[in-house]
Amino acid sequence: MATLLQHLPALLVAVPLFAAFTLPLVGRTGAPARTAWVFLGALLTAATGLLLAWQVFAHGPLLYVFGAAAPHVPTPMDSGGIPIRIIFQIDALGALMVVIASLSSLAIILYSLASDSRHSGKDSFYSLLFLLVAGVLGMVSTGDLFNFFVFLEISSLSGAALVAYRVDKGQAVEAGLKYALLSTVGALAFLVAVGLLFAQYNALNIAVVASRLQFTPLDQIALVLLAIPLAMKCGAVPMHFWTPDAYSTAPSSITAFLVVSSQASLYGLFRILFSLYGHLLEFSWLTFGWFLIILGVLSMFIGVTMAIPQKDVKRLMAYHAVSQTGYMLLGVGVGLAVLGNAEALTAYGRTAMAGGLFHILNHAMYKGLLFLTAGAIFFRTGTRNLNKLGGLGHHMPWTMVFFMIGALAIAGIPPFNGFASKFLIYESVFRFSPFLSIIAMLVSILTLASFVKVFHAMFMGAARTEFAQVREVPIPMIAGMAILAAVVIVTGLMPRPFIDHMILPAVNALVDRADYIAAILGGH
Amino acid sequence: MNMTKIVRTTADVLYPFCLVFGLYIVAHGHLSPGGGFQGGSVMATGVALLIVSRSYTAILQRIRKEALKLCEAIGLLMFLVAALSGLYIGGSFLHNWLAGAGGLFGTPVAFGPNPGTFNTAGVVPILNLAVGLEVLGGLAVILLYMLSGLRENTP
Repeated sequence: MATLLQHLPALLVAVPLFAAFTLPLVGRTGAPARTAWVFLGALLTAATGLLLAWQVFAHGPLLYVFGAAAPHVPTPMDSGGIPIRIIFQIDALGALMVVIASLSSLAIILYSLASDSRHSGKDSFYSLLFLLVAGVLGMVSTGDLFNFFVFLEISSLSGAALVAYRVDKGQAVEAGLKYALLSTVGALAFLVAVGLLFAQYNALNIAVVASRLQFTPLDQIALVLLAIPLAMKCGAVPMHFWTPDAYSTAPSSITAFLVVSSQASLYGLFRILFSLYGHLLEFSWLTFGWFLIILGVLSMFIGVTMAIPQKDVKRLMAYHAVSQTGYMLLGVGVGLAVLGNAEALTAYGRTAMAGGLFHILNHAMYKGLLFLTAGAIFFRTGTRNLNKLGGLGHHMPWTMVFFMIGALAIAGIPPFNGFASKFLIYESVFRFSPFLSIIAMLVSILTLASFVKVFHAMFMGAARTEFAQVREVPIPMIAGMAILAAVVIVTGLMPRPFIDHMILPAVNALVDRADYIAAILGGH
Repeated sequence: MNMTKIVRTTADVLYPFCLVFGLYIVAHGHLSPGGGFQGGSVMATGVALLIVSRSYTAILQRIRKEALKLCEAIGLLMFLVAALSGLYIGGSFLHNWLAGAGGLFGTPVAFGPNPGTFNTAGVVPILNLAVGLEVLGGLAVILLYMLSGLRENTP
């Protein structure tokens, strides 16, 4: 058991990869065996992730050196004090992302066991899904720049293939191609930046590069090439155009996980701005803070205004996903802007960042839930057009309840979790700039308005004759939605323990950059 | 698309050489430039050669997609099992426990400049072989799908 715990970071990626690679073989023995295997794989992946996160929150950051005789020693005796292997470095922020990915992957795989049961090609579908999960888990746990690029590519390519999986008269294929093209261009820019850093500092490990960084003109170019693709992948506004297409045409279970994959890119963006470039931006913390804030405000406002006129329910939710990403950027951006001002940082900077990071967890849960309910409705009615839907509350009571929970959470209504994180953002951002806080509240009101409209269009009204045959969705789909809904309610009712034991350590992991470097190189 | 008899015969003769050369690159991955991906690609070009020299339907009788997919899955699994074996035997994930231990690929590397011995490097050649199998299967399947749209019987 002790050895197993010791190897958790490796198993975190190895378990979903093993599930993905064995599926084509297991799938040959028939559908029941495949279903059982997929379920087991999802359960083990989630268990590994949660156990690992618990270890990190209870005992501090974890290191894992791949291929070494002793996996916990980052710098071998004969290497002259520098790490020479690929290292997984999971601190509280990484662990928070691992928790999100684990819970979300379990829920969506359970859901997809029923929602995709009518389709063909399930072997490759689940293989790609496990690859996507492995890619996201790898992105948030690696401590190596090139390794991050590899996992970014794994998640992008499998994500693009999954977006295009149900051809849907070519629409899904177009969206998949767009996603693949943009991800590849972004990843190539990222790779060039990694090359620029490697050429100057002879290292790929984030901590080592961070300790040697000089902020030469090449480093500044590298910073732009690292930050822009990641901002694009998380769907921040001037580069958000791929999200509505990809999110609306992908199978709903996949969309719910694409949200998590976008947030893994957001994690990468924060990691690079804080841990890699942190101290060098000293003279320009305010500038880079405002870079995140402006991206955030644009995303919030343009996302929600684009969402209001949409007719396609998943497209509408995709624009809301863009809008919610803005809150995370705003919260963490305010934290970055006041990083040089110790007084402001303790007064409201850390709270703003806590709000931003807590919103990542909350958003993954309620947005995933909303996409799953949209998928449930599409599963039974075959349409996503709001003008054609109506009166479904009579036939699908569970789906309606789950939709209400998700919609109230995204609009920031207490006691759901969206309120907890948005409240942290409002009150702390208000002390930084009242104007920004007012925009954030206005966006929340528009979100509520938009979801009231959707709720009315889908569930309210008299039962319609064309939906007379519509029934509640199968148990696995309800179970998948119930997992996410339970997390939404629990984190909404009792946010305090989550903030104290998960979110604040994650904030400290971002702010205290020296700890991240010391974990690899030792000393302070 | 059926090429002339000269092209078909040449392709037939070259096909085994492509496979053997690819396998050579895979097997010497730990000693010379190349390795799993490069060798696997060379082997897949052999399949491409067969496809362009004959019609798509004629090729399907010789090369089965199922077998190639199996090849891919086995390659991937082999990689993962080799990596996990390091974790089980001691050390860590991907730990090279075979190197210098005698037996399979276990000859200790001689000190100083030397041309290298085939029977060295421990787990690395096994990983190369796994990647080679995976790339052969994957690329060949991709080629088969991409070239399945070629028109038959063009003059």
